Amino acid sequence: MKERLKELRETSLAAIHSAENTAALEQLRVKYLGKKGELTALLKQMGRLSAEERPVMGQLANEVRSALEDTLEQCRIRLEEQALARRLEAEALDVTIPGETHTPGHRHPMYIVLDEIERIFIGMGFSVLDGGEVETADYNFTRLNTDDAHPAREWSDTFYFTEDSSILLRTQTSPMQVHAMESRTLPIRMIAPGRVYRKDEVDATHSPMFHQIEGMAIDRGVTMGDLKGTLNEVVRRLYGENTVTRFRPHHFPFTEPSCEMDVQCHKCGGRGCPTCKGEGWIEILGAGMIHPKVLQGCGINTDVYSGWAFGMGLERLALRRFQISDLRLIFENDVRFLEQF
Amino acid sequence: MLLSRNWLNEFVDVSDISDHAFSEDMTLSGSKVETVARPDAEISGVVVGQILEMVRHENSDHMWVCQIDVGGAEPIQVVTGAQNQKVGDFVPVALPGASLPGGKVIERGTLRGVESNGMCCSYQELGMTDRDWPHSVVDGLFILNSDPDLAAEAPAPGTPIATALHLDDSVVEFEITPNRPDCLSIIGLAREVAATYDRTLWLHTPPRTEGTGEMESLVRIDDEAPALCPRYTARLVRNVKIAPSPLWLRERLRAGGVRPINNIVDITNYVMLEYGQPMHAFDFSCVDGGHIIIREARAGESIQTLDGKDHALSAGMLCICDEHKPVCVAGVMGGANSEIVGDTAMVLFECANFNGPSVRRTAAALGMRTDASARYEKGLDPQCTVLAVERACELVALLGAGEVVDGMIDILPAPLHETTLALEPEKINALLGTDIAPEEMRRILERLRFAVDADDTVHVPSWRGDVAHYSDIAEEVARFYGYNRIPVTLLRGDTTCGGYTPEQQTESALGECCRALGYDEIITYSFISPGCYDKIRWVADDPRRDSLKILNPLGEDTSIMRTSVLPSMLEILARNYSFRNTNVRLYEIGRIYNRRPDGLADEPKVLVLGAYGGMDFYRLKGAVETLLRVLRIPDVRFAAERDNPSYHPGRCAVVLAADGTELGVLGQVHPLVAKNYGVEEELYCAELRFDRLFARTGATPVYVPLPRFPAVTRDLSVTCAEEVTVAQLAEEIRANGAPYLERADFVEVYRGAPVPPGRKSVTFSLSLRADDQTLTVEHADAAMAAILSGLERTLDAHIR
Repeated sequence: MKERLKELRETSLAAIHSAENTAALEQLRVKYLGKKGELTALLKQMGRLSAEERPVMGQLANEVRSALEDTLEQCRIRLEEQALARRLEAEALDVTIPGETHTPGHRHPMYIVLDEIERIFIGMGFSVLDGGEVETADYNFTRLNTDDAHPAREWSDTFYFTEDSSILLRTQTSPMQVHAMESRTLPIRMIAPGRVYRKDEVDATHSPMFHQIEGMAIDRGVTMGDLKGTLNEVVRRLYGENTVTRFRPHHFPFTEPSCEMDVQCHKCGGRGCPTCKGEGWIEILGAGMIHPKVLQGCGINTDVYSGWAFGMGLERLALRRFQISDLRLIFENDVRFLEQF
Repeated sequence: MLLSRNWLNEFVDVSDISDHAFSEDMTLSGSKVETVARPDAEISGVVVGQILEMVRHENSDHMWVCQIDVGGAEPIQVVTGAQNQKVGDFVPVALPGASLPGGKVIERGTLRGVESNGMCCSYQELGMTDRDWPHSVVDGLFILNSDPDLAAEAPAPGTPIATALHLDDSVVEFEITPNRPDCLSIIGLAREVAATYDRTLWLHTPPRTEGTGEMESLVRIDDEAPALCPRYTARLVRNVKIAPSPLWLRERLRAGGVRPINNIVDITNYVMLEYGQPMHAFDFSCVDGGHIIIREARAGESIQTLDGKDHALSAGMLCICDEHKPVCVAGVMGGANSEIVGDTAMVLFECANFNGPSVRRTAAALGMRTDASARYEKGLDPQCTVLAVERACELVALLGAGEVVDGMIDILPAPLHETTLALEPEKINALLGTDIAPEEMRRILERLRFAVDADDTVHVPSWRGDVAHYSDIAEEVARFYGYNRIPVTLLRGDTTCGGYTPEQQTESALGECCRALGYDEIITYSFISPGCYDKIRWVADDPRRDSLKILNPLGEDTSIMRTSVLPSMLEILARNYSFRNTNVRLYEIGRIYNRRPDGLADEPKVLVLGAYGGMDFYRLKGAVETLLRVLRIPDVRFAAERDNPSYHPGRCAVVLAADGTELGVLGQVHPLVAKNYGVEEELYCAELRFDRLFARTGATPVYVPLPRFPAVTRDLSVTCAEEVTVAQLAEEIRANGAPYLERADFVEVYRGAPVPPGRKSVTFSLSLRADDQTLTVEHADAAMAAILSGLERTLDAHIR
């Protein structure tokens, strides 16, 4: 019996080791350890042994059983690991194949710039106002201290809806200054972006419809220094900390003193190049201290309150920011253009 | 405004300041420099040469071999084909390496075997014309010593030609703002320059005439329109000798961008450039009756102006007339009937002040904007007329152009007022945010020739009509103190809460959602062509065609304010289609403009989606449903819309709010509309009124506890007649689903065997759930039975 156990142990272990898959292992387990298995059959013959032999053989048989069981388990783990490795290998992908994407739509480049500017001003306590584009000459001109003879009122410059030139398409966002003064309580800090219209033929730098951002602050003791400080801060956040600016005297009917603000050309650093047309500076906005007549026209006491205002063209900012060469692209809306931003 | 720096230096010497520094300094003190041009910019390496010897070329019957002194140790040899020179003449010589206008470069060479070390030039080769040099020939060398304009000067050989021909000047172009017509003159700019550099301004005062003298007996002038002509000053010149002006005068006109004509006309233009005061010269023999009448034109009158064009005049246009006819459109242009011509013997100089707006309107109505009208329309200094006319007479004497008649007529219907203001240093400093000493403010104003009394009364000079308020004084102070020296500060004062309004936030969220759905944002013009309404098939009497019309549009295509965003979107879709862009998805949140009774417009914003390529009705509808969900707009319904002429009658839906308000429309664009835009593909659009969406935006969501018991899901397929809609079925299912029906989701529609023709099978996935227990099969069965019987009863829909 001892020999037969030994023989069983050797043949079975050899068979188990050479099993190629878990199914074969299971068959071997049944063959040796099952109810009708070979080891079970041997154990059934234990009864025939002498009382001395029985514990010895019993121990031996148990050793064989546990060796078989251990080996089966080890082989099962090994075969499963191998099978998993084979499967993973078979499932390997070419990771260089492009992924499946969902492309979101694109914000129009001009509004990307507008969003940026709005966020900067909101951070400084400004509200964003929206107003009508079909406007009265009263708000667009008269109440902005622009007299009846001002050339901007010409039919060659401004679109009109009435023969008496009383209703027009606003030529600037500045009427929003008057609307804000009328509708809001002091102090006021607001910006008002929107569409404006002038009678310009379409070319690389002109469009009969374009966008401006108006800005205005009215409070006690507002100074031209505040105007410079606020606009410097905006421009630095827009173009970077090291942006150099300057202010030049200019003329607008509704501000006094008036100025234009230039930023030093980023391309040439002020030496002069084609980008800045050799000037070294690029004009970005017009501004000034709100004319006392405009404030008084809205019932604001100019002995107590003062304010500044500015207006800037959005298209030119966007063109420069994204190095777009032609204004017409802005309104052409070719998706090959839009999807670059 | 063009400024010759040589001319400027006569009034204020800034010859030591480079062009670049001059441009910067003037720009920063408020006179913006646009460009600086040098007349000799394209000429280099050309000098004056004297011909010492000339012999015939041995291999040519027309060329000359010249030995020319160009100021060097030895003469140089130059071969020329010109014939008008002789030994001893001074001519321009381009030395080897010289460049000429047009980019021509001169090099050493040999001409038919003879060495030539340069080129003798005509003035044409130096970029000039016979208008610049009326006394010398165009074809042939420019013989400097035989041109009467240059003969006296005799520059030495080797002198740069730019110097010899007075080309070494810089012409500065200024952008003058409309409030500063005084700066449309050399003297006006000189005042600014003198103030900028704090240097002495030398002003020349021409000799003055007192009284009307002999003129009284020769001319009568009546100002019948004093409101339009506040001042009219005139002098007479007789025994006029019309001739070209001398070189120095022609040069200054040319630098100022004015074409020289003859001495009398040139004098008027010279004075205009110098003083900014337009003048006019009449041939006095053409003024009938020797009587000048300043009046508005009468109906039916007309005039041929100096440019040869005929104009019908109308009432309101101010004219200078004689006893029978207009002889000049005041402030705009003179009449051909009194033009200065070669045999003009007697000239009347007019130097007037006209009402600016009147001149502007007349010039605009006649379609002619002249140097004179451009100055008048901004409002000129009425004090300047006398000085200017006296200057003109001084020039007449200087040029020997005639004999100035004694006396002057000066009509000034209303006395002139001086503007005075109080200097308020504290107020100015408070406005600027500065701490400028009052003394410094006074100095700045005096530099600008404002007089400041001891009591701080500021006397505004007559030419500064733009200064009328303390803030104007503040600007003058700031300009010369330096805008860039004003300290930089941030706003102080009460804190304000900035930020976006709820409406702006909603608009922004809507846009973000459109982009998340893959739609690109576009910006379109607010004005469209009236023909657009035809293209989108609106019937002729559609009330939406009532658009605001621009009376002076750029063109038909941009002539009315849109009442629909659809044409704008279709145009952009069509454009992308023509660019062969595929799978295009676009959106815009733009305004429409609905006429209001007061003539203004309601301008609601509309969200428009547009798409083609890989698009169908349900994809577009899905996008719209997503947008509505993001805005939490409850209980929206979609109803078939067969009557919208712009959309496919079977593939169009209106979007209805719970209260029945129409939020918008969506669907496939009508194939005929697509065709009108040149598109063969299916186009899809949705138009949603932003204001109506915003008004229905859902409130902040309130948390609903998550279910504790599992749901039972059942698929339900029913057959029904074709006419029954999915929405009807879903509504009926919901109506009978209480209390357990949680959701009824549409799955599919099936047509074909075994479903009989004319009927269809619709499948829903139902989810049933109870709040307080796990639903039993019996409960679920009972709920399904109730739902089914409802469907059978009301819609003749039966389980499949």
